[in-house]
Amino acid sequence: MAKIIVDDREYEVKDGQNLLEACLSLGLNLPYFCWHPAMDSVGACRQCAVKLYRDENDKNGRLVMACMTPAADGTRISIEDAEARAFRASIIEWLMTNHPHDCPVCDEGGECHLQDMTVMTGHNYRRYRFGKRTFYNQNLGPLVNQEMNRCIQCYRCVRFYNDYAGGHDFGAFLLHDTVYFGRREDGVLESEFSGNLVEVCPTGVFTDKTLKQHYTRKWDLTTAPSICVNCSLGCNTIPGERYGMLRRIHNRYNGAVNGYFLCDRGRYGYEFVNSERRIRHPILDRKVQGVTKEEALSRAGELLKDPARVIGVGSPRASLEANFALRTLVGPERFFLGISPSEARLVQQSIAILRDGPARTPSLREIEKADAVLVLGEDVLNSAPMLGLALRQSVRQKPLRRAAQMRIPLWDDKAVRELVQTERGPLYVATPNRTRLDEIATRTYRASPQDIARLGHAVAHAIQSDAPVVEELPEEIRSLAEEIAAALKDAERPVVVSGVSLGSLEVMQAAANVAWALCAAGHPAGIFLTQMEVNSLGLGLMNGKTLDEAVQTARSGQVDTLVILENDLYRRMDTYALEELLSSVAHVIVIDHLSNPTTERAEVVLPAATFAEGDGTLVNNEGRAQRFYQVFVPEGEIQESWRWLRDAMAAAGRSSQAPWSNLDDIVAAMAEELPQFLPVLQVAPPAGFRIAGMKVPRQPARYSGRTAMHAHISVHEPKPPDDPDSPLSFTMEGTPLQPPAALIPRFWSPGWNSVQALNRFQEEIAGPLRGGDPGVRLIEPAEGQQPAYFRHIPAPFAARKSEWLVIPLHHIFGSEELSVLSPAVAQLSARPYLVLNPGDAAALSLVEGGLVEVKLNDTAYRLPAKFSSELPAGLAGLPVGLPGMAVASLPAWGRLASETPLDSSAAEVGKQ
Amino acid sequence: MEMERPLTRNIRPGQEPLDIQAYQAAGGYQAVHKAIKNMTPQQVIDEVKASNLLGRGGAGFPAGVKWGFVSPQAPHPRYLIINADEMEPATFKDRYLMEGDPHQLIEGIILAAYALQADVAYIFLRWEYKLAAQRLRKAIAEAYQRGYLGRNILDSGWSLELRLHVSAGRYMCGEETGLLNALEGKRANPRNKPPFPATVGLWGRPSNVNNVETICNVPHIINNGSAWFLSLSRTDEGGTKIYGASGRVKRPGAFEAPMGTPLREILEDYAGGMQDGYKLRAILPGGASTAFVLPEHMDTPMDFKNMAKIGSSLGTGTIMVVDDHTCPIGVMENLEHFFAQESCGWCTPCWAGLRWSARILKSFEEGEGRMEDLPILEDHSHRLIPGTTYCALATVAMNPLSSGVRYFRDEFERHAREHRCPWR
Repeated sequence: MAKIIVDDREYEVKDGQNLLEACLSLGLNLPYFCWHPAMDSVGACRQCAVKLYRDENDKNGRLVMACMTPAADGTRISIEDAEARAFRASIIEWLMTNHPHDCPVCDEGGECHLQDMTVMTGHNYRRYRFGKRTFYNQNLGPLVNQEMNRCIQCYRCVRFYNDYAGGHDFGAFLLHDTVYFGRREDGVLESEFSGNLVEVCPTGVFTDKTLKQHYTRKWDLTTAPSICVNCSLGCNTIPGERYGMLRRIHNRYNGAVNGYFLCDRGRYGYEFVNSERRIRHPILDRKVQGVTKEEALSRAGELLKDPARVIGVGSPRASLEANFALRTLVGPERFFLGISPSEARLVQQSIAILRDGPARTPSLREIEKADAVLVLGEDVLNSAPMLGLALRQSVRQKPLRRAAQMRIPLWDDKAVRELVQTERGPLYVATPNRTRLDEIATRTYRASPQDIARLGHAVAHAIQSDAPVVEELPEEIRSLAEEIAAALKDAERPVVVSGVSLGSLEVMQAAANVAWALCAAGHPAGIFLTQMEVNSLGLGLMNGKTLDEAVQTARSGQVDTLVILENDLYRRMDTYALEELLSSVAHVIVIDHLSNPTTERAEVVLPAATFAEGDGTLVNNEGRAQRFYQVFVPEGEIQESWRWLRDAMAAAGRSSQAPWSNLDDIVAAMAEELPQFLPVLQVAPPAGFRIAGMKVPRQPARYSGRTAMHAHISVHEPKPPDDPDSPLSFTMEGTPLQPPAALIPRFWSPGWNSVQALNRFQEEIAGPLRGGDPGVRLIEPAEGQQPAYFRHIPAPFAARKSEWLVIPLHHIFGSEELSVLSPAVAQLSARPYLVLNPGDAAALSLVEGGLVEVKLNDTAYRLPAKFSSELPAGLAGLPVGLPGMAVASLPAWGRLASETPLDSSAAEVGKQ
Repeated sequence: MEMERPLTRNIRPGQEPLDIQAYQAAGGYQAVHKAIKNMTPQQVIDEVKASNLLGRGGAGFPAGVKWGFVSPQAPHPRYLIINADEMEPATFKDRYLMEGDPHQLIEGIILAAYALQADVAYIFLRWEYKLAAQRLRKAIAEAYQRGYLGRNILDSGWSLELRLHVSAGRYMCGEETGLLNALEGKRANPRNKPPFPATVGLWGRPSNVNNVETICNVPHIINNGSAWFLSLSRTDEGGTKIYGASGRVKRPGAFEAPMGTPLREILEDYAGGMQDGYKLRAILPGGASTAFVLPEHMDTPMDFKNMAKIGSSLGTGTIMVVDDHTCPIGVMENLEHFFAQESCGWCTPCWAGLRWSARILKSFEEGEGRMEDLPILEDHSHRLIPGTTYCALATVAMNPLSSGVRYFRDEFERHAREHRCPWR
């Protein structure tokens, strides 16, 4: 700890900080622009000037920038000094010489850091009487809007986009007071993280283009703490609603998960909530209109009378509570995991690796601090994008040691980057095809899943000889394995990354062996396994049978009614198997929020709440259980799936089995029934939690028009909806105090209207939220365990003469079911294709863009061909999950044939 | 009297510079032989320190001390960078030296690089200096051919590569850390210090950046010793200085004279005094970024210490003369416009403050001046001070501004009163 003196008061602060961090951590108001807690100091804006004194006898002092001055022991400063105040006000005055006073029509207005800082410095009178500079604005694609005239040249955007997120198509151009931040020419921003510009920009240069389509001020948004549902990482979000429509997603800082940022899929994938395809009322016998809740439940009750003849299919995109309710309804023996059998094996394998082995799974934040990483099989920027952003930080860790040795403070970002230059720590990427992470990789290895697994096993063996030997390994692979092993052993915090997206059990097992070998050799390593969906791991922890067992059960004639929970089974199993399942049962009940091919087949469809309309618990790939809260009460008969299941059981006369009146009840029941979920009780405060007798308001104190917005219906203000499930209220009434971290509905603090108010919610800058970051880990490794190595090593890949091993490829935009329904995401979605090695393509007489026919078991596709010289011969890559593409269980051997394109502009995406 | 003008003795204006053979015949490269064969790198540094050779780029920092910042244990590769990005308005001394005697610079580079045990040296040359580029290229090739550059120089085991880099052209590239960024292919934004270039310089490596004229002195110091070098000067700041004069003087140009030669001697004896019909109004003694001085200061010795005493600075030592037929506000507007244009756009006081200052001056020139804007100019000169701006560009831009507002207040009043520039 260091003692600093600020305006004659002594404070204790953490060592190694700069004065700005120290002052903000102490809760002092000191304005700033260019400094960002995740990107540190560069000293560009000169806004955080304070008076620095040599000692108590120094009466004059000198102005210094707090962000560039160490908070060393004994440092004596003044924030309130008249000269310092005047200087800070003049910085705003200078910025205002060019900033247009267009706050009323600016999307940032009301949550603008520049507005806040202007008020904070007290500058209010305009002396500048000349013209302002103007810029041409670029079309940067469907996600980010640019309005350059508002720019204050703080350089945060370019530092985030290029330095932090590794972008290449963005930069600072020109000079003096006309520095331009944008692309070389109009075009879609290429970074997976471009949307963060919206929050990084301290004013209205970069704003959310999807919000613009249905604009609402921050103070008019009803918000609640939520979890992103678009991948397995469980980033924390703040969705905002008005007039029954979800308007936008903002980042919700979680010091252990996503920190300050979100990926573009997570930020922009929300609009399925507003989709035309939403199911808002029960559907009976495909009759959409006029079905009451009672009618629907009465039918469901009839169909569920005999639980022994009902089976249920759960969902990796539904909450723990919803899955548990279904499991209760059908009984554990008749509860099936709503994921493909092959994925189910991978999920179960993941759980076993995390629980039974000695390697711990790091949090996403801990990945940033890893100093050597091996990626086996995962294209992380597409399967779990924020993991890619964390890995981009991890490669800085090893070179940062040199900065520490040279006594360059790590917060001095420019100096550190000048020292480190392009030096990067070890990152090895082994994937079948090129990835966007390759550019920062020490080495890449392109191979089939089998050969990737073999490399992993060879690395494990090179680390610890107890791990199984890989026979007949080519010399170059052996030396690569030894290089990787040495780099991992040399690290303080090595991490192995793998996951389910390549569909290979063997790759995952090899990854486990590497991490376990490191642990056994005395180098505690992390293992980080991505999953496909937001609650895949939670579903896996619930245990259940696989979908092929469901087909068998149904085929045996034991089933009358099939209940499908939040799941489009056409995305899970091939059409033949699914048709067999559906035709073997007499009745199908589907609970979901969007119409899809599965709901089309249902006798009863019950409208489920999305993440924005209900509460629940989700378990991310780290095993972290996190609570999401209802943001708003939707129109129609929508309610949480667990409530539908409870009501259906009541209608079936089985209410004693589901005596749950609120979320706490069902969580308690789940924890009692399934002890692995006992920690879920600690995830968030119970519904009865109050602060001085008050709930936590979902609406800001400045929420406007609550009487007027319904005046066309009635001039009487409606009674606000109750929320029996949480300590959050649906109004602006409630505690003005900061709630526990899991309940923070928005970051706001007096004088801090922008996202920067977050500083006031952390224990220290960039540290955990006050009281600890939300979420509880359900899985911890077996301490001191000797690894039980996986002993099965696959044979080397051998290309076949007339068949190709088709492997799955994922796309940040398009592969995920829900996010692609956002118009902006749909616009960026990948189009179906098949990628091949050019040599293989030549053998098939294929031209790039020409149509290729792919036959996989019973499914055939006709797709335009793409070439990749990095994809090994004998492999073919097929994107998965894209809208309109039939599902296939991959990797699988398939036959390819060249087709003469009838119409080269349109590729037919054939389902059999 | 040849020894009194060591820097320019080989320079014959209007003629080709000496080639390596002629340069050697005139005693060239002897210092390289002497240093590499008979002196340790530390002895070279010590000799230069003793000579009190102050940096000629304008800051006046002792060159030997600066070299000493690169620790003998510092890692390799180490870099020596010659700042030849001479973009200070009215300054042309380095051009004179490079065009006139390129081998003198190369010899100095070899000596400085030897002292630093540098592995690579760069000459970072102003884009417009085409002739200098052409002559330097030829001279560098000759030096390589003779084995003064390249591998194992004079069988010492020490190697040096010398590269000429022609700048893309910005004033900011003359700031040493902006120069380093530009050389790395980045925006020419300055860097914060510490860390200093001696520890984290070009490509993150130990580096030293020196001005052309500074380096040109080194062969003479090595050949003749520090005592001789100190004896050249009329003050305690060693050596001679290339002074220059521009404006309405009879003989504008660059002149080598002892350090500390008074302003009056330079203007009257070397530059021949004012042209007929013109009277001296004010002087910018060391380039655009120095404060105005008045005719009453004419007897001040032109060295770093004495120019600082009268509230200005020696800068590059190239004098800009303002006569009584020229609008001083127009001069200021011209300068501040230049600085505003050349701001790299990094720190707010610079990119926003300089533009505003220039706009106010322009409004006076266009007859739109208002006296209530004068306190704004004064605010700028109080607020753009070392520590509040990121680098020195904005603070030195305040030198002509604040001194001008002080000395020419009556002119501002006249412009405002008459709603025009009286000189137009």
